[in-house]
Amino acid sequence: MVDISLYFQVHQPYRLRRYSVFDIGKSRDYFDKKKNEEIISRVAKKCYLPSNRLMLDLINETDGAFKVAYSITGTAMEQFASFEPRVIDSFQELADTGKVEFLSETYYHSLAFLHSQDEFKEQIRQHRKMIQANFHQTPSVFRNTELIYNNAIASLIEKMGYKGMLAEGADHVLGWRSPNFVYRPAHGSIPLLLKNYKLSDDIAFRFSNHSWKEFPLTAEKYASWINAINGNGRVVNLFMDYETLGEHQWAQTGIFKFFRAWPRLVLKHPDNSFQNPGEVATKHRPEAGLDVPQLISWADLERDLSAWQGNQIQDAAMKELYAVERLVKASKDKALLDSWRRLQTSDHFYYMCTKYFADGDVHKYFNPYDSPYDCFIAFMNVLNDLIIRLKTGRDGQISDGQVTFTTEADADTLPVNGFMISGEPSRGLGRSR
Amino acid sequence: MSLRVLMFGWEFPPFSSGGLGTACKGLTDGLSQKGVKVTFVIPKASGGTSSVSSSGAPGIQLIGADQVGDMKVIEVDSVLRGYVNAEQYHEHMMTVLNRQGHPATSLYGKDLHQEVLRYAEIAKRIALLEDFDVIHAHDWMTYQAGINAKEASGKPLVVHVHATEFDRSGDNPNQAVYALEKMGMERADRIIAVSSYTKGIITDRYGIPPDKVAVVHNAVAHNHNQEHRPPASINDGMKTVLFLGRITMQKGPDYFLYAAKRVLDFFPHVRFVVAGSGDMERFMIDKAASLGIADRVLFTGFLSAEQTEQAYRMADLYVLPSVSEPFGITPLESLTNGTPVIISRQSGVSEVLKNCLKVDFWDIDDMASKMLSVLKYPALENQLVDDGRQEVSRMSWEDSAEKCLSIYQQVRGFP
Repeated sequence: MVDISLYFQVHQPYRLRRYSVFDIGKSRDYFDKKKNEEIISRVAKKCYLPSNRLMLDLINETDGAFKVAYSITGTAMEQFASFEPRVIDSFQELADTGKVEFLSETYYHSLAFLHSQDEFKEQIRQHRKMIQANFHQTPSVFRNTELIYNNAIASLIEKMGYKGMLAEGADHVLGWRSPNFVYRPAHGSIPLLLKNYKLSDDIAFRFSNHSWKEFPLTAEKYASWINAINGNGRVVNLFMDYETLGEHQWAQTGIFKFFRAWPRLVLKHPDNSFQNPGEVATKHRPEAGLDVPQLISWADLERDLSAWQGNQIQDAAMKELYAVERLVKASKDKALLDSWRRLQTSDHFYYMCTKYFADGDVHKYFNPYDSPYDCFIAFMNVLNDLIIRLKTGRDGQISDGQVTFTTEADADTLPVNGFMISGEPSRGLGRSR
Repeated sequence: MSLRVLMFGWEFPPFSSGGLGTACKGLTDGLSQKGVKVTFVIPKASGGTSSVSSSGAPGIQLIGADQVGDMKVIEVDSVLRGYVNAEQYHEHMMTVLNRQGHPATSLYGKDLHQEVLRYAEIAKRIALLEDFDVIHAHDWMTYQAGINAKEASGKPLVVHVHATEFDRSGDNPNQAVYALEKMGMERADRIIAVSSYTKGIITDRYGIPPDKVAVVHNAVAHNHNQEHRPPASINDGMKTVLFLGRITMQKGPDYFLYAAKRVLDFFPHVRFVVAGSGDMERFMIDKAASLGIADRVLFTGFLSAEQTEQAYRMADLYVLPSVSEPFGITPLESLTNGTPVIISRQSGVSEVLKNCLKVDFWDIDDMASKMLSVLKYPALENQLVDDGRQEVSRMSWEDSAEKCLSIYQQVRGFP
């Protein structure tokens, strides 16, 4: 018996516009409406709408034997509502079949868990309300941003009452063990569904790669790989970005045809069935404990957090962002809170990643900036504007009409309306090298 | 038998005032590493003693031929020098003649063009005396010399374009210089451009077929002691932003000044250092005064190699605002010295350097905003230095030399 659990991530960030130093204190127009609309519309047309149609057809044509799960972020839903409401309609149509599960995550696709548990929980609550309002179901399985996971996150999620959680089936965590079983955390009992990254990435990353030895990937071949798990596994978790369909892998590659075919071939085998994560978590008892003290994710080759943190600009931006949490919440300014939360979206930090920048690489996808440094500049300038708003009250009027620019050197004489300075504690003008 | 190259240049360190000398040094060092024997011919005004050819050949006014490391250097008595216009040439010639005590007859050409042709005549005779496989000529002043050497020897000619008249003079090129450049490119067997940007100018403005032009990017020499030397920031609470280069239209010093004004309106604790000399120096000083920022803009005049390094180390940020920069080695030097850079997109270096901020030279607001960002966010400054330095450390003149070597082999007609 193999239960196939298919989950797609649906996420779009609010990309920042090229917000310059000279905009600080003058403009609250932080986000690049034109670019965001352009991307949402393009991806709706190439991926979301045709893919939702395809999934609906598969459900109907198999009389509900085919099932699928989604995790849709709040920032994506808001932007669908603004730019492409048809996308929401089509997800609702899928929800109405009763064969589609919506997972829980942070509304802003944030890294809040790493910095503020309160904020993390608030964003999960906000996301849950959004799912309930749109799809009339309450999510029961949690997936953290970018499948970021460790023992501590599992323990918190278990306490919050979830009945299952997703994570990456990373080699350095599993070792000789297979991802095709349900696990539990070392110190808990919540069922863990681990991504079979090989079978997932065969579609997500390798489908159209001509130099891959398995190219071209046919539905028959793929179904046979899944069938082969019978006897040495109980579940196959296929997790991927929804944009794989039609955007990362263009329609011309045959990805839609492939996706229309392989689920039906898999269902021909009497021992196979599609089960959503909630069903898998209920049906299967965890077979073994999994001790993951370190943070893992589904990103890059490292499967760690180095895509979002670790370089100086990422760390400075993150530190400055969460340093104002208390002030932002105390302001009771909803617009300000929302802007601050949109800045928490992990994509901003991903765009600031420099580890492969010189080689020119995958972090470029949907990346609106010329360089990681340009992303940092826009981000910090926006954050500095937010800070000025915090200090000047809700009307946003700066009392003396002047923005004062300070450096570390005169940080101790920082005027009330002055800029906060990012980075390490003041060490004078010398650079650390 | 190792490959031998007869190379014509017009400046070489320590007697150089611009990027060409640095590039020739880097490239010839790289070639020597690859076992190529380089004979470098260079103009040099004699000090006044009678010009005696060390090779003993009559009629060639050589100052001498020396072995410098693996390279043979032939100095030709000439007042040719880089980055001069007709007027400056005349001035320079008079200075040299003064130093020589006004000999009865001057051997130098009466104008720049005449001197280029005279130098080319000497080149022809050198070509008959030297043994070599390929001729390599750097920039327009030596193209005629290269052509003459090719005619005299029958050996293939490679011309190396470090800059074109369009970079130096914008849309009003000097017709005589343009004609010499075009002829050099046409008569060459192969052309090396220092960037794709320059290759574009060569094909668009000189009508050269693209497949005749190879791109060989410049690099930077690595001095491993540099990594361990501390920055030389002035600890007075002021930030320092550096412009370093010839103060000419091509280098965009005026855009630097307008951006400085914009920065200072916003944040007064910055000094702007303009290092170098050139025909826009007067204009720059007057402009700084009329913008009301004269007390914040310091002019250093021409800097020696050692002073240049000091200037990089003293600065918190280096800006290359060039209007048209065929390559631009200075940002690489700046990063080697631990100072982050903002570079013009209208440059060749922008094709090879990623870990920096880039601007369009005319976008004063963007330039000023990026300057302020680097000065204001220490994490950004540190990140740019760490990543930029690492990226630059991977660039090497040996890679450039390797490409030149394969071009030599192509023009010789066998591998």
